[in-house]
This record gives sequence, structure tokens and C-alpha cells, in this order.
Amino acid sequence: MSNNGRPLSPHLSIYSWPITMTTSILHRATGLGLSVGFIVLAAWLLDAAVGAEAYSAMVSYLDTTVGRVLLVGWSFAFFFHLANGVRHFVWDVGRGFEIRQANASAWFVMILAVVSTAGFWWVRT
Amino acid sequence: MSLRTPLGQVLGQGSAKDGTGHFWGQRVSGMALLVLGLWFAYSMATIPGFSHSEALAFIAPPLNAVLLLLLVASLGYHSNLGVQVVIEDYVHGHATKLVSLILSRFAHTFLAVAAAYGIIKIGLGA
Repeated sequence: MSNNGRPLSPHLSIYSWPITMTTSILHRATGLGLSVGFIVLAAWLLDAAVGAEAYSAMVSYLDTTVGRVLLVGWSFAFFFHLANGVRHFVWDVGRGFEIRQANASAWFVMILAVVSTAGFWWVRT
Repeated sequence: MSLRTPLGQVLGQGSAKDGTGHFWGQRVSGMALLVLGLWFAYSMATIPGFSHSEALAFIAPPLNAVLLLLLVASLGYHSNLGVQVVIEDYVHGHATKLVSLILSRFAHTFLAVAAAYGIIKIGLGA
């Protein structure tokens, strides 16, 4: 099949990754991450009820480098998913669908999530 | 022009006869989690520490216990709906998909009940 050298569309060499793609993927990824975090939240609450020994054992897992990285990750996932969830509510009432608006809200949500995460740990420590 | 039958338009149902239920459940539990989640994040940022006694002192007061119960209930529900969509999107094969969906629901129910049991036990001072 000859196409006389006409460009294929969309072509990888001219394809520009939209920021809205990043937020869309992150929304699902952070949602799944928070579902895993639910296991930790449930374990925290249940172990607190079981007793001091079970509780200390549980908390000692989180008080490690891996544990701390995970906790920072969960805090970011929480703030991102929450902020982007509000963005979805705005879309649900039919607003914010223009490309410029969607790009702007995507950047806003990304920045807000990073700032909120930093603020959370600044208050926490 | 719509390709749907007049009866279909009046009933407002797709071929599956439902589907908006999942959408609404996700949105309304999301609204609840917006409030409960921010409260929980604020609490985790300002709780004095994470020793066993400090944890109990946070969980036990009635208002905190009630809000925590609402949190784990909404979270379990919201998370179940979210994971359900991910499974439906990525798990292929009827049997695997069905088993995954059932296991996800069992796991979410287990976590929510386990968390609720912990909260109530602490709240009642047992």
C-alpha cells in the first residue's frame, strides 16, 4: 500500500505526551496504592485493639526506611487522588472540559498534591 | 437521532439494566471521603505520637471512633468499586475475572470489618 510519503497520524516522532494522560494514569495508580494502604490502616486499628505487643510489632515495620518511603508515597497518593477526585467532580457537572482548562487543572492538581504532601510532613515532623 | 427504542429511552436503562449505580456509589463515597479523608490526614499530622497509648487516646473518644468507623466503611466501599473497575479492565477470561472480583469483595469486606472491630473494641474500652 503506497501512501505517497504522507505522514501517518499520530506518529511517535511528533506525538506529544499530554499532561492529562499523566494525571489520568496517576489517578488509577494512586487509587490502587491507597487500596493497599487500606490494609495498613486496618492493621493499625486492629493491632491497636489487640494489644501493646502486636501494636509495636506492626508500627516497627513502618518505622523503617522502606516503611517511611511507603508512608510518604501513601500521603502523596492520598492528596493526589483527593485533588484529582475533585477535578472529576467538576467534570461530572459538565465543566472544565476545554483542553486549556483540562491542562491547567492537571498542573494545578499535580502541584497541589506535592505541596500538600510536603505540608503534611512539615507539620508531622 | 437516537438508535434506542422509545421504550428504552423512557426507561433510561442500557442493555445491562443498571450501571449508574456504580457511578453514583463511587461519587457519593468519594464526597464522604473528601471530608473524612481530610479529617484523618489532619489527625495523622497532628497526633502527638504513634506509641500504643497515644494511638488508643486518638481512637477511643466517641467522635473520633465514629468518624473512623465512617472512614473505614466509605473507604472499603469506594476502594472496592475502584478495584472492581481495574479488574474488569485488565483481567481477561470470564472465570479469572469473576474469581478476582469475588476475592476483591471478600478482601475489602474483611478489612473494613477488621478495622471496625478494632475501633469499636477500643472505643468501648475493652
